[in-house]
Amino acid sequence: MTAELVLPVIFAGLMAISLLAYVILDGYDLGVGVLLPLGSDEQRDTMIASIGPFWDANETWLVLGVGLLLVAFPMAHGIILGELYLPVALMLLGLILRGVAFDFRVKAQAHHQPAWNAAFAAGSLLAAVSQGVMLGRYLTGFAPGAAAWGFALLAGIGLTAGYVLLGAGWLIMKTEGELQQRAVRWAQRALLGTGLAVLLVSIATPLASARIAAKWFALPDFLLLLPLPLASLALFVLLAISLPRLAARQAAGNDNFCWLPFAATVGIVLLSFWGLAYSVFPEIVIGRLDIWQAASDAEALRVILAGAIVVLPCIAGYTVFAYRVFRGKARGLSYS
Amino acid sequence: MESLDPVTLARIQFAANISFHILFPTISIAMGWVLLYFKTRFDRSGDAAWLDAYGFWVKIFALTFALGVVSGITMSFQFGTNWPGYMQHVGNVAGPLLAYEVLTAFFLEATFLGVMLFGRSRVSNRVHTLATFLVAFGTTVSAFWIIALNSWMQTPAGVSVVGGKVHVVSWLAVIFNPSMPYRLTHMLLASGLTVAFLVAGVSAYRWLRGDRVASVNAALKTGVTLAAVLIPLQILVGDAHGLNTFHHQPAKLAAIEGVWHTERGAPLQLFALPDEATQSNRYALGIPKLASLIITHSSDGEIRGLNEFAGAHPPVAKVFWSFRVMVAVGMAMLLASWLTAWQLRRRGEPAPWQARLLVAMTFSGWLATLAGWYVTEIGRQPWLVTGILRTADAASSVGGGMILSTLLMYLALYVVLLASYVSVVFYLARKAGKPLAANLEGVTA
Repeated sequence: MTAELVLPVIFAGLMAISLLAYVILDGYDLGVGVLLPLGSDEQRDTMIASIGPFWDANETWLVLGVGLLLVAFPMAHGIILGELYLPVALMLLGLILRGVAFDFRVKAQAHHQPAWNAAFAAGSLLAAVSQGVMLGRYLTGFAPGAAAWGFALLAGIGLTAGYVLLGAGWLIMKTEGELQQRAVRWAQRALLGTGLAVLLVSIATPLASARIAAKWFALPDFLLLLPLPLASLALFVLLAISLPRLAARQAAGNDNFCWLPFAATVGIVLLSFWGLAYSVFPEIVIGRLDIWQAASDAEALRVILAGAIVVLPCIAGYTVFAYRVFRGKARGLSYS
Repeated sequence: MESLDPVTLARIQFAANISFHILFPTISIAMGWVLLYFKTRFDRSGDAAWLDAYGFWVKIFALTFALGVVSGITMSFQFGTNWPGYMQHVGNVAGPLLAYEVLTAFFLEATFLGVMLFGRSRVSNRVHTLATFLVAFGTTVSAFWIIALNSWMQTPAGVSVVGGKVHVVSWLAVIFNPSMPYRLTHMLLASGLTVAFLVAGVSAYRWLRGDRVASVNAALKTGVTLAAVLIPLQILVGDAHGLNTFHHQPAKLAAIEGVWHTERGAPLQLFALPDEATQSNRYALGIPKLASLIITHSSDGEIRGLNEFAGAHPPVAKVFWSFRVMVAVGMAMLLASWLTAWQLRRRGEPAPWQARLLVAMTFSGWLATLAGWYVTEIGRQPWLVTGILRTADAASSVGGGMILSTLLMYLALYVVLLASYVSVVFYLARKAGKPLAANLEGVTA
């Protein structure tokens, strides 16, 4: 009896962690992909080199997140992905284009390289926008109508801006010189877009859903939740102030705190994610299905959980190992 | 003529995606081990030719792996969108097996791939070899889980069915279900053969172009020898797999052999046009009693015919012909690899016509593997899970128009990617033969 109550919560948590890991990890490499056309030829190679060793594993978090949705909440998987059929297909198109362009752009004939570069950037952009649209559609409970679709488009632009901010932060941390300077400027523009999008989504979400509004604006919950938007605001301000100073110091050869923009952006993602998760929980298809109604049998969940408890720490361990191997500034990628 | 209803479209779309996907794991599973072999040979001997071979093939491995990853992501979405009834009925089996594949294999291979590809100058040689091993190991573990699940769908075991829903009684019986050991071995050998002919074909291509450096010869010898050793094993395992099918999936076997009515001393049909309307083979050309002899090991043995499975047998012609394509490619593999291996032993280099034959057979493994999977997957119809869940009962309610438009998009994309992949493999082969100076650019990624 208790297993039936507890296991869906645990799996909702595991799924949330996977999707969060995905948004942060693939978020920065998608962001770098969107930024690719802005770099010079040489800078493009460095930009790709900074994400080269990681992108495969980053995308695996999406497979885990969607896989957990499939195996732990199969009914929700059917409904959600059925509703999102078109944006999912476009996202997959984007991810496929991007993933293969990564290899083709350096392996195919030299005169094909511009086309594969374009495919890489377009694929990254398409994947990012589609994911934002998916999020927007999900939050409205797949409501019909122009307003709901407008909201989804807004989320699409907003998530893309967020990914670009993550990507620019990643480049500030992993590169140096001219490219790093440019990345700071890209980050400043993306910061504006991300800030606007987070603000609009925060205003629109409670307007779109009376249930979510009730969750946020009742006392004492409102006071307990207040730190979330306040901390986000603080991080936005921190970024707005620190980016120009960082650029000036880096121009003078001082690279301290090059990790700050990326870390602050991750903080914003964490807070936004927590806010969204709080809004939605314990529903899994908004207005239709909660996690207990959607969950698989406890017998299957127990077996998966046993494996996950053993394996997830190992995955975390060797992921840290891989990031340590490639720590420091990105150099040109070489197989030798 | 089948009409394009949503179920048929969902099947075509899923088949297109999974057919495209399987091409790349088929290469990366065995290629991981071949790379480990090259690396270990270099570690032991210090002979630069092995490192050179590693350096060339690791590029193709990286490209292959990327295509496998991105096409695999598509699969994780389509399990649910195209077959919502699947998890609903058999989620207690499929859920944990799929989850274990992601947890124990996908992260391992994807994470250490970065170290394997780009980490040689950043970690010790031993750690790099270990990373190569872990990538190869991860691909194989992934094959283990997914084949366990596929085999369970073919020959379910270890479960009780209550109200159309399965509950696991014994996980050991689920994983090591009756057809699993045969299918896993068959698939791993298929992967080995696909890579053997890929390595042999591309090396022969370089050899024919006059690029006969030590690493090309070493890879050519490795590919040909691997093919010559694996193909007889594959024929033996394939035969055992057929016997297993005879016992557990008689309808599939009847379709493979084109046996419409239960008979003793059934002939082995070399050619025939199976006709569902008349329940007979047209233009049949067969060897008397040979099918019975192969399947039952008695020339007078009885093979149950399709008449015993009326309304529940697979489409005969597709299974019948897929099987013959697979076997024909296998025979060509036997001939090509043994002739060339013999020549290599005697003369140290292939005859030019043998090299050209190997080039023509570079991707023959793909053809055989796809044909084999069509036999086993179409041969399972009309069931999704034999005796438990019909394909039609698991299909999606997503509209046909939506499926059709995305199907066309995927097909167009796959054609472009496949053409690019094949052309880049040969382009890399040509580029590798150019003098070193011209080869220095483009070493990235």
